[in-house]
Amino acid sequence: MGFFLTLVLLVASLGLAWRYLGSYMASVFEGRVHWLSWVERPLYRLLGTSPEREQSWKRYAGALVVFSGMSLLFTYLVLRLQGHLPLNPQHLGDVGSALSFNAAASFVTNTNWQNYGGETTMSYFSQITLMVQQFVTPAVGIVAAVVVVRGFARKKASAVGNFWVDLTRCLLYVLLPIAFVAGIVFVGQGAVQTLAGTATFHDALNGVTQTIARGPIAFMEAIKQLGTNGGGFLNANSATPFENPTGLTNFLSVFLLLCIPVSLTYTFGKMVGSRRHGVALLAVMVILFGSVLAVTATAEHQNNPAVAAAGVHASVGNTEGKEVRFGDTTSALFGVASTSTSTGSADAAYDSFTPMGGFGLLVGMMFGEVSPGGTGSGLYTLLIYAVIAVFIGGLMIGRTPEFLGKKIQATEVKLAGLGALVMPIVVLVVTAIAVSTAAGRAGPLNHGPHGFSEILYGLTSQGNNNGSAFGGLTGNTPFYNVIGAIDMLLGRFAIMIPAIALGGVLARKDVVPQSLGTFRTDNTMFVGLTTGVVVIIGGLTFFPALALGPIVEQLSHGRFF
Amino acid sequence: MWTHLRRSFVMAVICMLVFGFLYAFAGTGVAQLLFGYQANGSIGPNGSALIGQNWTGRSWFHGRPDDTGPYAADPHKNVSGGDNPLVANGVNGGSGATNLGPRSKALVADTRALVAYWHRLGVAHPTPDLVTTSGSGYDPDISPADALVQVPMVARATGISSARLRRLIASQTHGPQFGFLGSSYIDVLSLNEALARLRGAGS
Repeated sequence: MGFFLTLVLLVASLGLAWRYLGSYMASVFEGRVHWLSWVERPLYRLLGTSPEREQSWKRYAGALVVFSGMSLLFTYLVLRLQGHLPLNPQHLGDVGSALSFNAAASFVTNTNWQNYGGETTMSYFSQITLMVQQFVTPAVGIVAAVVVVRGFARKKASAVGNFWVDLTRCLLYVLLPIAFVAGIVFVGQGAVQTLAGTATFHDALNGVTQTIARGPIAFMEAIKQLGTNGGGFLNANSATPFENPTGLTNFLSVFLLLCIPVSLTYTFGKMVGSRRHGVALLAVMVILFGSVLAVTATAEHQNNPAVAAAGVHASVGNTEGKEVRFGDTTSALFGVASTSTSTGSADAAYDSFTPMGGFGLLVGMMFGEVSPGGTGSGLYTLLIYAVIAVFIGGLMIGRTPEFLGKKIQATEVKLAGLGALVMPIVVLVVTAIAVSTAAGRAGPLNHGPHGFSEILYGLTSQGNNNGSAFGGLTGNTPFYNVIGAIDMLLGRFAIMIPAIALGGVLARKDVVPQSLGTFRTDNTMFVGLTTGVVVIIGGLTFFPALALGPIVEQLSHGRFF
Repeated sequence: MWTHLRRSFVMAVICMLVFGFLYAFAGTGVAQLLFGYQANGSIGPNGSALIGQNWTGRSWFHGRPDDTGPYAADPHKNVSGGDNPLVANGVNGGSGATNLGPRSKALVADTRALVAYWHRLGVAHPTPDLVTTSGSGYDPDISPADALVQVPMVARATGISSARLRRLIASQTHGPQFGFLGSSYIDVLSLNEALARLRGAGS
């Protein structure tokens, strides 16, 4: 009953966000929001640019790539020099080069995969530097999506917007205010926010002396969820009470990580002048998300096979790796929301989910992070799939396909094909490399099919910029640090750049008037077709790999490894 | 290219100042001003209400077996951890779960060892929470059912009647937040502090 009410509240609050945040974001990117223009104007002067000076898609993408490279370098240098920088009450030393490269690539690609334990590796200075990327990378994702949207909205235009202006507006008007308010709620509920270092105390009742890690956690928590980042201050992420103390913060986390990706479908509909098209994309997201949630929530409500084998049976579901204050189904909801949005935060140990529960999390990522996906990346990846669906639909009825009045021709289909195929190819190739080398096989903690699942999960997560883990995998080795960083960088930019190019190419086209023979792209039929494309590219490509991992684990009744 | 580089550098510095330091410092200021107790870790006289501790013996209610100490299946494996959350589950990375999979032989063995541990304490039917570890490695809470199965053990050791202990548990139970968010839970530290007051009054 509680879970049902949680879902009702979630749908209601996301509905409001969809309508109002979605509309607000459209206004922001159409330049109609000005309440912080006194901050904006001096910023543009410093940057030497202005909203009137728009860029071609090539210059836009160039600025985006160079800026991301600069962010990578900045973050890497801070981690390498950590021991010599201030705000380091625990006197932690410099971070090693392979780990620094992995962590920098991870935060610059919005992945937030963590091969380190936060509280024992990173100083406050480093954590704050990583948090900067938690603001910047969702903004980069959102502006890339806005370019694709403008591709559909504009006619015969050579410019797609100004990267620096879009980035600044997204940061100032969308991310900063929401994160700050949410941060206050997190603190009020019990999340920690201090610069005072660890605390040590003695309990006279049981004679225990404890040292606990603290830090500026609560406000990082807010942007970690809102920006679908997922990288927490503490090793155990949102499972720790200092990051996620109550049922309310747990719900707020799920809401925050879903709200922008969901609302962007409204922004899309409004900017292209057809809300129905936004609703169609939202419907695809809801169908995929609902299916995965049903599988994982049902699975986590069952007994853990290993615990049952030890003779403990009960009706409370799988408790291994879960926190009492959340419970099994709520932890499953958090897990599905986090893996279907490229967030990757965790309020439970996903490695200890039942085989089918873990299967749901994996599938959420393998869909290519479109249900609803990351901030911005969810929308542009789904639009890539939608272009492919339009192309297939056009082949079926034997006409040149159109999407929102734009003819979908060879160039567009090639770019969409590239964007859709990069992820499965990269993920499967790096997984194959990992399982066929000794360095890769040394990673997993668990034996048997679950060990393979740990490798597959880790590389799927990084290739989709999710960042959650089957935590048993030992990732802090030169092999996994380097292959993971490559996986993350390709999974981010080898999809984002074709998407921006798609936006640029579409913007140049004229709009053809609708006729009776036009293939409709805003009805149930098209929702079904696009869902089918996602399931076939995501689901079927990965089916053999899934069969060797969670599926065989589910089917091996009574066997333990 | 040169323009991109110059703008990127300027933007990276601005972001570091505004979205890094200004945001974190302003957030810390507001947090300390409005919610000083929470922002510093909810620390009372006996420790933090949000961080689980290791309770031993029959005269206290025990939390979940998140710590090493007497719970570890192999006591030699994880002894360095003790009750320090920076070394939860013996993992020298701070907080953390066991990450054992649902068909792991090690998890079966650990669970059996924990069942035996509870039997030695006189708890005949330990609940799943009491034989599995949490996600953080230091879950501060147990469910009402987890507390109730420990009542006979605590009643025998302290001489307080089972009925009074059950009333104590009921008074310490927090329902789901607003009636539906999350699950019912009991904070083990508060429960034992209340138990200590009861024992102080009784003797």
